[in-house]
Amino acid sequence: MAPVAPRSGDAIFANVERVNAELFTLTYGAIVRQLLTDLEEVDEVNKQLDQMGYNIGIRLIDEFLAKSNVSRCVDFKETAEVIAKVGLKMFLGITATVTNWDVEGTTCSLILEDNPLVDFVELPDTCQGLYYCNILSGVVRGALEMVSMKTEVTWLRDMLRGDDAFELQLKLLKQVPEEYPYKDDE
Amino acid sequence: MISVGKIKQYSNVLERPLSKGKQEVSLSAFAFLFSELVQYNQTQVDNITELERRLEDAGYAVGARILELLCHREKGNRRETRLLGILSFVHSTVWKVLFGKVADSLEKGTEHEDEYMISEKELLVNRFISIPKDMGAFNCGAFVAGIVRGVLENAGFPAVVTAHFVPVEGQHRPRTTILIKFAEEVLRREATLV
Repeated sequence: MAPVAPRSGDAIFANVERVNAELFTLTYGAIVRQLLTDLEEVDEVNKQLDQMGYNIGIRLIDEFLAKSNVSRCVDFKETAEVIAKVGLKMFLGITATVTNWDVEGTTCSLILEDNPLVDFVELPDTCQGLYYCNILSGVVRGALEMVSMKTEVTWLRDMLRGDDAFELQLKLLKQVPEEYPYKDDE
Repeated sequence: MISVGKIKQYSNVLERPLSKGKQEVSLSAFAFLFSELVQYNQTQVDNITELERRLEDAGYAVGARILELLCHREKGNRRETRLLGILSFVHSTVWKVLFGKVADSLEKGTEHEDEYMISEKELLVNRFISIPKDMGAFNCGAFVAGIVRGVLENAGFPAVVTAHFVPVEGQHRPRTTILIKFAEEVLRREATLV
């Protein structure tokens, strides 16, 4: 059987059920505020947000693969493009630009063109160390781990902290070789 | 600190133009996020009542903000001051913006003067949730009850708001009813208004 062509992020987004982004944004804000009250330390909140994102990522990858027809990426460059153009689009309705590749092709940056998580948000002085969108980096890390890629995902620029863009750095640490029995059913 | 370009312009969140609110994200993105909210709060409590209270708190924060937002955007900086006005604002305007549709029904309680009910056949937050047997009457609708309370209270209508499952004949899944019980002062004030 001929492989099915991957679908574009726009096509998928147009076909999935959607909700108002403000409900999503405000709910996320409520989560962050609850964490700040419960955990008190900004560093702990960063960690918890990352953990929540990771939990989402390992579940979200199934839906992503099922709806996108994307198969194994040939290299990390393709992986990054797929996240930027298909993944972000189908879930959040946004896209990102991939840039700043290192020579080995294992580190790059996603520049988010829009970020629905941060509407209505302003960081107060007491939260200066907070990575408000840390859930997103967790999602990417979790999802990639499910397709055998160990990555480190960090925020390099954050508009809430006064930078001029949202920049997420992806660093491929290692490809985990698949172990027997192969789960692939090709 | 020197900031440049767009940032400088929007240094304050209140100076940003108010969006029309037509942006969307996928329902799954919201469902995943909501599920994390529930799971996280589960780790913080040891009983169902407490869990519902925490979800309600989270919802309250959303409600308070959505009231402010919608009063600016949809109502020309005015808010409702009458009981029926604010109820229909919740049932129509708020519901439409948050859940994409008007709530299925808004009814007045038959037994008590101070009780009103908003019912929804399939509440968005309950859609992907199945309640394990040992969690009894737990209802994720508590989050939405919190949103309703947040809107009402911040508009000057303090109320106790709770979410309940109500079985529907011939339907596999129960509908969710948000029960609103207004504080005494609200009814007293309402009675003095013409």
